[in-house]
Parts: sequence; C-alpha cells; structure tokens
Amino acid sequence: MAKDVKEYWRKNIRLMTILLAIWFVVGYVCGIFIVEPLNTIRLGGFPLGFWFAQQGSIYVFVVLIFVYCALMKKLDKEYDVDE
Amino acid sequence: MGILGWTIVWVGLSFALYIFVAWRSRVADTKGFYVAGMGVPPIFNGMATAADWMSAASFISMAGLISFLGYPGAYYLMGWTGGYVLLSLLLAPYLRKFGKYTVPDFVGDRYYSDSARLVAAVCAIFVSFTYVAGQMRGVGIVFSRFLEVDINTGVIIGMCIVFIYAALGGMKGITWTQVCQYCVLIVAYLIPAIGISMIVTGVPIPQIGFGSTITGDGAYAGKMLLDTLNVIARDLGFVEYTKTFATTNTNMLNVFCITFALMVGTAGLPHVIIRFYTVPTVRAARLSGGFALLFIAILYTTAPAVAAFARFNMVETLNEVSYEHRPEWYKNWEKAGLIAWVDYNGDGKIQYRNGKAFIGRPVFTGKKGKFGEPLVANKPPKVQKKYPLTPQKYPDGKAVPQVANELYIDRDIMVLASPEIGGLPPWVVGLVAAGGLAAALSTAAGLLLVVASSISHDLYYRVVNRKASEKQRLLVGRIMIGVAVACAGYFGIHPPAFVAQVVAFAFGLAASSFFPIIVLGIFTKSATREGAICGMLAGIIFTAIYIINAKFMGGANWFLGITPEGIGTVGMILNFIVTIVVSSFTKAPPAEVQEIVENVRVPRGAGEATDH
Repeated sequence: MAKDVKEYWRKNIRLMTILLAIWFVVGYVCGIFIVEPLNTIRLGGFPLGFWFAQQGSIYVFVVLIFVYCALMKKLDKEYDVDE
Repeated sequence: MGILGWTIVWVGLSFALYIFVAWRSRVADTKGFYVAGMGVPPIFNGMATAADWMSAASFISMAGLISFLGYPGAYYLMGWTGGYVLLSLLLAPYLRKFGKYTVPDFVGDRYYSDSARLVAAVCAIFVSFTYVAGQMRGVGIVFSRFLEVDINTGVIIGMCIVFIYAALGGMKGITWTQVCQYCVLIVAYLIPAIGISMIVTGVPIPQIGFGSTITGDGAYAGKMLLDTLNVIARDLGFVEYTKTFATTNTNMLNVFCITFALMVGTAGLPHVIIRFYTVPTVRAARLSGGFALLFIAILYTTAPAVAAFARFNMVETLNEVSYEHRPEWYKNWEKAGLIAWVDYNGDGKIQYRNGKAFIGRPVFTGKKGKFGEPLVANKPPKVQKKYPLTPQKYPDGKAVPQVANELYIDRDIMVLASPEIGGLPPWVVGLVAAGGLAAALSTAAGLLLVVASSISHDLYYRVVNRKASEKQRLLVGRIMIGVAVACAGYFGIHPPAFVAQVVAFAFGLAASSFFPIIVLGIFTKSATREGAICGMLAGIIFTAIYIINAKFMGGANWFLGITPEGIGTVGMILNFIVTIVVSSFTKAPPAEVQEIVENVRVPRGAGEATDH
C-alpha cells in the first residue's frame, strides 16, 4: 500500500511536470521569449507571437487544467485512492 | 426609454436578484458561514470563483489599459489567467484535502506554529484590504456616471448591499450571489463586444474579428485591423500596437517578471484560494479550477479584442474632428471629467497624438473656451513633442502641420463608453453599468469574507478564545463583516492617494509570502517552521522595501531595472531559497506534521472539514 502511494505520487509529479512545461513553453517561450521571431509568421490577421501572448496562451491554459483533471481521475482510480 | 432609464432597470433588477438569492441561502453555522457547507458543485464554484476574481479592474479598466499598451498588455492577460494552472495543479486539490477553513489555518498547522499562523493572517488581511478599497471606489464611479448620483452615495448603497448578503449568508450567500453576478457581468461584457465587433469587422466573434479586416467604406476598409492600428499608431507618434519590448518598462525581463508575479500572486491570493475549500471533494477542487479559468477566459480573450476595436473607433471618431462636431458620447463623458480637450494650435479641431495633453487629471475652471469647450486649470506638460517629429511635406509640396497632443482620455472610458462609441442602443449601455457593479460587488464580498474570517476565525477563535461557542463565533464573524464593510466604505469615500500603487503591493505580497511556503509545505516534508517564517519574512520584507522605495520614495528600480509590479517574482524566488536553506539545517518537522503531508497527497477521505 505505502509503495503504491509513493508510486501514485511519483506519477502525479511527472504528469504535473509535463503540463507545467507546456504551460511555460506556451506562455513564456511563445508569448515572450521568442515572440519577435514568431511575429514574422502570420495567423490570419494576427502576428503569431502577438496571438500567443493575447489569445492562444489562455486557450492552452484552460485545456491544461481539464487534461490534468481527466488524467488524475484515471490515476486516482488506478491506485484506488479515488473518492 | 433612455440610457438612465435602462440603467435603473438593469441595476435594480440585478440588486433585487442578489438580495433574493442571499435570503434563500442564509446560514446558521460556521461551516456554512466560512466554507459554504462544502457543498458547492464544481461548475458553480467555477462561476463564483470567476466573479470573485474578476474585479472592477478586470471589467472596467483592463481593456482600456491594453488598448494603450498594445502587446505588453499581455502581461495582464497571461498573468491573470496562467495563475489558475498553478492553482489547480499545485495548490487547490491539496488544500481542499487538508480541509480547514482558511489559508492561515494551513500555514499554522503545516508549520506547527502560531507565529506562522499570525504572519499569514496579517498578510491575508492586508492583501484583502488593499484590494477592497479599490472595489468600493469602482462601485461609486459606476453609480456617479450612470445613475447620476454622488460618488459617496454610490459607495454607501454598495456597502449596504454587500453587507446584507455577506452577513446573512456568509460564504454560502456570497457563493450563490457570485454565480448570479458572473452571469450578469459576462452578458454585460459580451453583448457590447459582439456589437462592436460586428460594426468594425462584420464578424460576430470578437476573438476572431480582432484578427480580421475592417468593413464599411472608411479609409481603412478592407485592411487588417491590427495592421491598421500599427499604421495609425505610427502616424500619431505612438509605439506600434503589436510592437514588442519598446520601452525599458516593457523590456523582455520586465514583461516576464510582471507576468510571473501576477500569475504567482493570483495563485497566492487568499480570497481565491478560499473558494476551493467550498467544494465537496478533491476531484471537484481540481475541476472547479478548470471551470473557473474557462469562465474567466471568456472575458479575458474578449478584452484584448475590445481593446483593439475601442482604440480604432476612438481615433476614427475623434482625431481631426472639429470640437463642435464631437460625438454625443464625448459630451456625456466630458461631464464626468473623464475626457478633456485643450486647443493648443487654435484650429478648433481635436488633435490626438502621443504624449500628455496636460499634467494630471483635468480640473475644470468652469469657464468656456472659444469653441464652447470647458477650460482646464492644468498646466501643459514641460516637454510638448509635436508630430511628425521631423518636418514632412505632402505630395503637393505643402508642409504637413506639426501638432501636439490635445486630448486627455481616461483609460476606463474604453469599456464604459465603448457601446456608445460603437453606436449601440441604450439598453446595452445600461447593461454595462449593471455588469461593472456585479464585478465590483462580487470581488468586494469575497475579500470582505477573507478579512472577516481572518479576524474572527484565525485571530479570535484560534488565538484569543478557543472556547467560543458556535453561536458566538458566528456572531463575531457577522460583526467583523460589518466592521470590514465600514472600513472599506471609508476608504471608498476617502480614497488614499496610493490605491493604484498598492495593487502592485497586493500581488507582490501574495507572490512573495504565501505561494512558496504553501507549495513547499505540500511538496516537501522537510520544510520546517523556522524555514517558513524566515522565508515569508525575507520575501515580504524584500518586496515591500523595493516597492516602497520605488513607488513612494522615488527611488530607482535598482535590481536589474525590474519595475515594482514585477519584483514579486524576485521576492518569491528569495522566499523559496531562504525556506529551503534554513530548513536544511533546522530540526526536521515532527512526525505528525509529516503525516499531514502524506495525507494531503492522497485524495481519498476528503470528507468533512474540521475547525480544530
């Protein structure tokens, strides 16, 4: 049981790390650090970097949380710690 | 029916709804009062959190700020949404499993120390008060502009409404009124936004219209909106709308630090965290973070579109227009003192260029100028740039006249007046007033509850009188709401000059105090009492000194040129480092604390909250 909980926690941390990495790449890398090179690409009427900073990042943030909820729900069941 | 009539109808109906809902959800125990009985379904908690979070600043001011900032406005957009990812992944589920009433509860128990509890409670009270003063002021401004009553009367009406539903229903009453307030504010935001998007671009979805071409038969018809804004900005001497990192305050490091401080600050704000205690399970806590951000994102992705449309419309309807032919909306907002014109070149036309029209907010002398404009007593700025900066000639050989900016515009007009600027009907204009009030009142109520619970639960019950009965505690809670409302109202009527500056404080403080020690408290077992207290103090003191030095003493931004708005990021890092280092050579936390940490990591068993 104790070992299972440890493994559950390790998997949770791994999932979180991956999602937070995406969070960082979309918000900070695309929206700020490489915004200038991205702005040379167009997405309709938007420079792409500008779009990430004022629109795209927010959409991705919403999706990330729902993905985390769904995967954790599965993980909770798998390790029998669900409610 | 005119604008005033519609405003009274919408505001009256929405207020009646809030009172009705509060009456239906009145409570009789502390659990209902502090955490809404922990029975709020995630989707409704998401709505309540969204209304709780989106304040008068989000509703009224944000689009205006973005429309003047252009690209760097993204730090508000990302900063105030990205924090929910941190909150839902790193904090909410574990704090819910921990299952107490307040944030200081967690800090006090996890760090087995009443000093830590006390520091946390004081921070929570300070952060919330800073915020609430601004909300009450927002309520007053909406009242004075839309309902033509005195600002102070407006503040008092707002105070009474908040007091009724917060004292009656506590967290439960606040939750269900916030759900209604979210619906009111989002409708009030979207209808004008869609209307203006249709008028400017012909696309009914603002998020898409903002990247489309301009319709109609004007000079810019058929061109992309954002490209047009860049052209207009260049012509009038402004920084291009989509231009990145143009000034030292918006260089890459500052945009990064401000975004990060706002994100972490959001995740550390007690009135937001406390909302996650109200759901029945850990899974519901995760899910309500998702719903909250979804509902917030609806407004936050619309705001930059509104910003772009408003900027375009404003320049189109005002620049080079003769004052006598100024639009109707201009007259309304001139009366409210949010817009003013000084005819520097004496041609009777409004010239809008980069730079200040005069120093400070307009102070009207009561006299009229040559064109009937109300004259201002303000002095012109010391340096008045004229545009174009270098003399230029038209193709026919005539010189292009060089002119200075003549127009003062309060940024809040961008949202408040945008339905009028876009020519939408009076019932839409009235709706905006109800929306602004919903945004301000919902946030004020959430903050006041944090203040009241910090005093009545964390200080009175936990520190002063551990034997207080349920009834006594509920009474103290209600009295504290009354006291907090009265204080907030006082600051709304007599706003301290530094309200705008202290907002940076609230976020910086939340980022540099709560966030690191809560995260370390959950994700490590080795973080100790000594570590947490030193970390919190180091973070707060560094951040506070930096902000006070830069904002109030006129000091330089001495740390890498980072602005006070972004310094919370550095304070947070400092807090992490100090906590970890001090923890590494102090005695490890006792076994029962390590057990608490083990326990919060597993969702099962997150039943009833306990207050002992």
